Amino acid sequence: MKIQLVNICKAFGDQVVLDSLNLTVEPHRITVIIGESGGGKSVLLKHIIGLIRPDAGSVYIDDVEISALNERQLNDVRKNFGMLFQEAALFDSMTVGENVAFPIREHTRLTKEEINIIVEEKLRQVGLKKVTGKMPAELSGGMRKRVGLARALALNPKIILFDEPTTGLDPIRRDDIDRLIVKTQQHTRATCLVISHDIDSTFKIAHKVAMLYDGRIIEYGPPEKIKNSENPVVKNFIEGKSSSEQ
Amino acid sequence: MVRFLEFTGKPFVMMIEAFGKVSLLLFSTLAWMVRPPYRIHEIFKQMEFVGVNSLPVVLITGAFTGMVLAIQTYYGFRMFGGESLVGATVALSMARELGPAITALMVTGRAGSAMAAEIGTMRVTEQIDALYTMSVNPVQYLIMPRVIAGIVMLPMLTIVSDFIGIVGGYFVGVGLLNINSGIFIARIVEFVDLSDIINGLIKASVFGLILSLVGCYKGFNTSGGAAGVGRATTQAVVVSSVSILISDYFLTAVMF
Repeated sequence: MKIQLVNICKAFGDQVVLDSLNLTVEPHRITVIIGESGGGKSVLLKHIIGLIRPDAGSVYIDDVEISALNERQLNDVRKNFGMLFQEAALFDSMTVGENVAFPIREHTRLTKEEINIIVEEKLRQVGLKKVTGKMPAELSGGMRKRVGLARALALNPKIILFDEPTTGLDPIRRDDIDRLIVKTQQHTRATCLVISHDIDSTFKIAHKVAMLYDGRIIEYGPPEKIKNSENPVVKNFIEGKSSSEQ
Repeated sequence: MVRFLEFTGKPFVMMIEAFGKVSLLLFSTLAWMVRPPYRIHEIFKQMEFVGVNSLPVVLITGAFTGMVLAIQTYYGFRMFGGESLVGATVALSMARELGPAITALMVTGRAGSAMAAEIGTMRVTEQIDALYTMSVNPVQYLIMPRVIAGIVMLPMLTIVSDFIGIVGGYFVGVGLLNINSGIFIARIVEFVDLSDIINGLIKASVFGLILSLVGCYKGFNTSGGAAGVGRATTQAVVVSSVSILISDYFLTAVMF
């Protein structure tokens, strides 16, 4: 599924977060949006899934303008999405198995046994075994993210959104999650959109990279193009230099 | 003068705004009650939490309220030889006023605060956003079952509170203050009408709506991490308690 953002504007009070932003996310590819912390990346992601509506502009999912849909219509479109949140956002009153089963229970009429089989399969897909009975509080950060991904995959989504999936993880777990994103995309052929400020991870997993700065996409293309960008803002970001160092 | 008006007007405007938002949440909750899926499992889970789990605290507070009421009225009525009316006074006070009010305040402290804290934590840890992304409406999934549980379980708890309060009053009046058992019960039967009990239960239902709706509203609109959850919880208890006592006056004025 293709995602298209056309002239998106969003402000919170006086603070303009997105300013006539345009971006097309290619289907069946991993696109990573990079940018400074607090630069509006998560806000952008929330526009795509309809959690935030733009002040102006349109969001299209496969030519359907979701920014114009009502809540009920939006819910139908959202069934095509899976989202991994920054801190996984697992329901802490439910076990791991119940978390993964939740979207299946909500949107299908499968029996308990059938759901259990899918839950096991999804957990295996993200490299987890024998955790169905555990509570989210008993899991490490990396495991929580894997469970979050298993839950996001539960309904075989066509679009998977990742909100800073490697934030707060050690380098080994980071690499684990990177591999998992690539493996998941290859396995599901889903359109993956990743929000990140982790440059190493970005170049490892991305087919396309977009740099968000000052509310706009200032550079977009394959990783090589971004690496060789002459734009000083992109260059500084990739090299990890603050503008005051210049 | 302008500054004074600003100073006094701002809280008033905020209060009106909050009232409007709570009303909208109420309408949204009512609308979700009649739309499938009906979430029977969640409703029963919340009924257990609000009702069954509140039983111990309601039993203790109800019993002691009845007991203290018996002592106080006994010493008052003894001055003019009206000790025989202690039972009726305890029963009327419990059924019309103290049963619903004390129960509602106790459940606010126990369940209303927990609703605000739980939903608030879900808000700041993006669990509510996760519900939206999974095409599940949080008002229907989180708020509607809690509001139904509040409306249904508060009258149930009030019946228990009324009964145990009268038993407590009987224990003190008959057991300790030597009021005749037959007279104690006869006066209750003579003076307490069914309408007293039913009106008390209607009040309890309204209090249940207030405490669950305010708890959910405060939790749902939490921001600012752990500190925000703490703030929402405190506000939920304070706003619910004050609203219950204010509405109690108006309901009493209309009903009795």
